[in-house]
Amino acid sequence: MTKFFTKEHEWVEVVGEQATVGISEHAAHELGDITYVELPKIGKSVKQFDTLAAIESVKAASDIYAPLSGKVAEVNDALDEAPELVNQGAEAQGWICKLEGVDSAELSALMNAAAYAEYLKGL
Amino acid sequence: MGYCPNTPDDIRQMLEVIGASSVEELFAPIPAGLRAKSFDLPPGMSELELMRLMREKAASSGADITPFIGGGIYDHFIPAAVDHLASRAEFYTAYTPYQPECSQGTLQALYEYQSTICRLTGMEASNASLYDGGTAVAEAALMSLRITGRHKVLLDASVNPLHREIVNEYLHGLSAQAVEVAPQGCASDLKRLMDSIDDQTAAVIVQTPNCFGSVQDFRELANKAHEHDALLIVSCYPIALGLVASPGEMGADIAVGDGQSLGNHLSFGGPYFGFIATRKRFIRNLPGRIVGETIDHQGRRGYVLTLQAREQHIKRHKATSNICSNQSLCALRGLIFCAALGQKGFGELAALNYDKAQYAKTVLTSIKGVELLNSGATFNEFTLILPRDAAEVVQQLLDKGVAAGLPLGGYYPGMERALVVTVTEKRTKEEIDRLAVLLEEVLWS
Repeated sequence: MTKFFTKEHEWVEVVGEQATVGISEHAAHELGDITYVELPKIGKSVKQFDTLAAIESVKAASDIYAPLSGKVAEVNDALDEAPELVNQGAEAQGWICKLEGVDSAELSALMNAAAYAEYLKGL
Repeated sequence: MGYCPNTPDDIRQMLEVIGASSVEELFAPIPAGLRAKSFDLPPGMSELELMRLMREKAASSGADITPFIGGGIYDHFIPAAVDHLASRAEFYTAYTPYQPECSQGTLQALYEYQSTICRLTGMEASNASLYDGGTAVAEAALMSLRITGRHKVLLDASVNPLHREIVNEYLHGLSAQAVEVAPQGCASDLKRLMDSIDDQTAAVIVQTPNCFGSVQDFRELANKAHEHDALLIVSCYPIALGLVASPGEMGADIAVGDGQSLGNHLSFGGPYFGFIATRKRFIRNLPGRIVGETIDHQGRRGYVLTLQAREQHIKRHKATSNICSNQSLCALRGLIFCAALGQKGFGELAALNYDKAQYAKTVLTSIKGVELLNSGATFNEFTLILPRDAAEVVQQLLDKGVAAGLPLGGYYPGMERALVVTVTEKRTKEEIDRLAVLLEEVLWS
């Protein structure tokens, strides 16, 4: 499975018509200790790059944008009680939500891991 | 000495930029009747002359009117400790408690205030106060929109009419809607309220005691709202909570109210404070400041502003609300008032209010042609129906030194004969008897 990244530091991994979304390790590191993740409502429809969720850390509050268009099918409820999961594994157990009905053609607007690593060097 | 810092030349230049030919023309859009009649003030007075004038005014007949008016703001006794402690310079000088390292006293007082409000309302989380009762109701409505993502609230029309106006004003700009549900007699029309809740309803807003003085239980309404994932917002009168079920006990999701009755002087309309408290799970949607308890690096207890990521200075236009201040000093007075009374004293105060109002009810309704409108329980306020226009009667009684109550005609067309009478612990038996004698006199002689 391959992760794709946005310029706003979200990642997405598509399996069939479903996609898992989170924030990148880099973003989690930059934000510092995550204190709260405002999860989207299940059933919410978003367009690519719309606001999807929000995340708060001891340093800042930021929006999380949808890397792909779709409908929220599942959210990572564990983050309600343990937002630090994002710091422990932003690209693994710290996932934010799953979108359904995604169109993988939209991935062309995103970066693969190598391109994202290159992009981070330029920041 | 002129009090206007602008020179004639400044004024001319400013008018030129605006394109008005004179100050008169600038103010022309304001209807003549609403404009100041004159700015010809008398010459200044010496301090001695001024003291004499103020003493004369304080002793004039208008100053010792006995008030039986409530309607949201109440004439309660304020222990001397409240004025004394709240006037201490330590509290006056600590304005905005951003920095815990130099504001522990203020922060601790606000933390204790929040704990007190939670105990009173039966809720789990309170903010550090809002501006007043009306804006607190409106903030609760906005909070329900944020939590549910819906755009409609049901507003019981027996909620204070001034507060309803503020709710409507706040929702107006947000393409959200407040649907008013008319009361039945003096009480909320619970059946209609429950039937009106649907899956688009963010919250139901009710008040107890309501603006007719009726005390109601909203447990069933809370359940019905929750069935539709809507919230129940209960506006309450804090002194009554010494006697009646709290919003928390009734299953409310947000409790709000005006805190004036807790140790704040009437002061011709303000400043007062509003309170708002909610369930723990909604704490991130609370507007305004919240003080939290923590420990420092040496393990000592300390207080800080907490959950600030909700607020404007961090979240900018996406903040939970544009409230970025509170009413610290008024809230502090509320806290000192509650602490001075204690739980037992608070209960006794509520009982005194209830008992005196019950006595007044009996005496006043024994007057020919005066009827009680409330069919159920009341606290320290009740609505009388007079044989003629209540506003006229109130005016006649004012001339005799008594403010008999709040006429409802201005707020509820068709209720011109209705008068809301309030009896706090400060009213003596003699004052209540005098009101009865004067009312009978005005009505029948």
